[in-house]
Amino acid sequence: MALIKHGNLVEDLFTAVGDGDELPSKGAVLVSLECWQDNRAALLERADAVGVRLHSDQSPELIEDDLKHISLVALEFPAFRDGRAYSYARMLRERFGFKGEVRAVGDVLMEQLHFMLRTGFDAFEFESDDPVRQFETAMADFSVWYQPSSDGKQTATQLRHFPRR
Amino acid sequence: MYRYDEFDQKLIAERVKQFDRQVTRRLAGELTEDQFKPLRLMNGLYLQLHAYMLRVNVPYGTLGSKQMRRFAEIARKYDRGYGHFTTRQNIQYNWVKLEDTPQILKDLAEVEVTAIQSSGNCVRNITSDQYAGSAKDELADPRMYCELLRQYSVLHPEFSYLPRKFKIAVTGSPNDRAAVAVHDIGLRMHLNEAGALGFEVLVGGGLGRLPYIGHTIRDWIEPEHILSYVEAILRVYNMHGRRDNIHKARIKIIVAQMGIDKYRELVEAEWERIKDGPLQVPDEEIERIENYFAPPQYDALEDETELLLAQSADNAGFDRWQKSNTVEHKVSGYRIVNLTLKAIGLPPGDMDADTMDAVADLADRYSFGEIRVSHRQNLSFVDVRQRDLLELWKALDELKLARPVLDAVSDMICCPGLDYCALANARSIPIADDINRRFVDIDELADIGELKINISGCMNACGHHHVGHIGILGVDKRGEEFFQLTLGGSSDQNASLGDRLGPGLPQADVPDAIAAIIDRYKSLREQGERFLDTYRRVGIEPFKDAVYGDKDRKAVA
Amino acid sequence: MQMIIANRLTDGLVVFYTDGGGWSVDIAEGIVITDEADEDRLFKAAKSDEEHCIVIDPNLIDVAVEEGSPRPTAIREAIRAFGPTA
Repeated sequence: MALIKHGNLVEDLFTAVGDGDELPSKGAVLVSLECWQDNRAALLERADAVGVRLHSDQSPELIEDDLKHISLVALEFPAFRDGRAYSYARMLRERFGFKGEVRAVGDVLMEQLHFMLRTGFDAFEFESDDPVRQFETAMADFSVWYQPSSDGKQTATQLRHFPRR
Repeated sequence: MYRYDEFDQKLIAERVKQFDRQVTRRLAGELTEDQFKPLRLMNGLYLQLHAYMLRVNVPYGTLGSKQMRRFAEIARKYDRGYGHFTTRQNIQYNWVKLEDTPQILKDLAEVEVTAIQSSGNCVRNITSDQYAGSAKDELADPRMYCELLRQYSVLHPEFSYLPRKFKIAVTGSPNDRAAVAVHDIGLRMHLNEAGALGFEVLVGGGLGRLPYIGHTIRDWIEPEHILSYVEAILRVYNMHGRRDNIHKARIKIIVAQMGIDKYRELVEAEWERIKDGPLQVPDEEIERIENYFAPPQYDALEDETELLLAQSADNAGFDRWQKSNTVEHKVSGYRIVNLTLKAIGLPPGDMDADTMDAVADLADRYSFGEIRVSHRQNLSFVDVRQRDLLELWKALDELKLARPVLDAVSDMICCPGLDYCALANARSIPIADDINRRFVDIDELADIGELKINISGCMNACGHHHVGHIGILGVDKRGEEFFQLTLGGSSDQNASLGDRLGPGLPQADVPDAIAAIIDRYKSLREQGERFLDTYRRVGIEPFKDAVYGDKDRKAVA
Repeated sequence: MQMIIANRLTDGLVVFYTDGGGWSVDIAEGIVITDEADEDRLFKAAKSDEEHCIVIDPNLIDVAVEEGSPRPTAIREAIRAFGPTA
């Protein structure tokens, strides 16, 4: 399983910790929402980064107040057809101003990467023989966008009337 | 009509290229059918009973002659010489090959036509009043907002994997020809108390297995906020719509479950957050798009009803056609003309390539090169000079597009049904054919008057049977095709869902049942009452009795 | 009696699994299955063709043989085999 962040193949610095498992003494950890809620104090005390993984029926509103302590939010796609995480990513970026990593996990396919990028994901965990190439291909799929989104790209409407120099 | 600029053209070219790659990956086995299916659906490609079917968008039912000619070419080159106009103002080709589809889309892109999002769990073709811009009863022209919504919804990164499909319709006339009350979002242009033009917003309407009339979520919203408001509705739906059961996944279900008040609360809260953001449409863009919908160069003409009366006196056929198929225009000296695609022996809404070319030529000659598609599966020329009507009628008559049956019994809506569709339970086209052959006499049809029959081959209701004055639903009963009738539906501004008449009838009994219903109507009607009016006054019992009253013999008036 | 029906991937046309292990648009060339053991074996082979991107969604359907010609017993499959009735 490859992890692409900002277009590069990177090592996952976060250790996924299962519910009920002991937290490692150090290192960045990725926990479920339940684990976060149950062990909040302990997790806040950690010197290293903490990430929270949300299921597709868990809105980021549930961790809104804690986002300043969280470095990574992993949003699950249980099936690529389940498009809730696109709204969650935008919520994190645009409504909450979250600046940490927003990672797509689960049933992540090349053909959805472009939309994920637009909605605010900056990291992608997916199966591929050539993840960097697939990512670059997906990124280049479109150069015209009609809708404003988290990526701040100028829309066709904006370019028609107010092109940035 | 709207013309693509460099941005529009580039986007669809990129989309075609992306789909080309997806097809290549599929054919090479890099994508499974499961992974490919949503991708091909978002490019309008279905796999039906016999072959792939391509659904091509006709944005808010507006078509130029050049595009119609391209439709003819596609039909000849890649299909079996014909196309089918649908209840969402689109065109479908029933016999395309997957390997040809990228090239078909390129050919369409050349004339500014796409199949983007004509299917899939995303926002579909924005539909509207086929008379937009020309109807005398119109308050405001909805087309410019349809175009705005089209661009807004195409390749929306957040809303391409909704729980289910999403359909938006817009009307600018208080006489709703766009069926807005049975759409996921329906928009009605109207004036508020201060006399300002805006939209009433309806949500949660829909047909299918569980039909609903839409609720008003907002009485009035300024046009500049329409995109942000739609975004708020879509966002709440994307997050809260059910994903556990495909039959419970439309917005109508979640609105019914939560209640409109709760749904409104969530939408308004979201809208408050985003309304002042970048979705506000700048005046420059409003103006830019509006220019494309400026009225054509009408001749300055006096009303020519006198001339038409004189011509009609000599020609009974022309007289009937005028009365039935033409509609008042807002501009003096002009008329709206309907081309009925309801010839006997042809599936409703079908048109062959040669006829498409002929229609394109007539559009150029008589209606500024523009054609409209109606959700009742007919076409319209909306800017015809009164003085041209006689010549136009002759030409249409030759093409079998002039049956004077608009809104009459023969003007049925009919889905493709089990002859084509993988979802169907029963064949719908033979039913339409049977009814068409039973009611041939034009005088009889005129006497019956307005009676909209809508036929669906399954509960998905693509034939809009729930909102037919008479609705016919094909069902499968122990491997046999049966047909359930409903009465009293309507999709206009007084929308209603039809009431079930009784147990399903075998195919052979349907025409008699329709005849019995019509005879009962005629015996009960009061001065000026259409079928629907009589039905609403007397209720279902007289009609139940007419069809089922005597169980020992076939239904007879 | 049964046959195996599918849609061909490239052109979407309805095809029937044949004796030679291929697929034909002509139902008359399709293999009629009467033996349960054959059913399993042939269906497995058809599914393998699905994985190899030759066909989509192979299915076993009931047929009757009339005057030597196989005919699906369900209306839907008959329409698939012989084309639209309209």
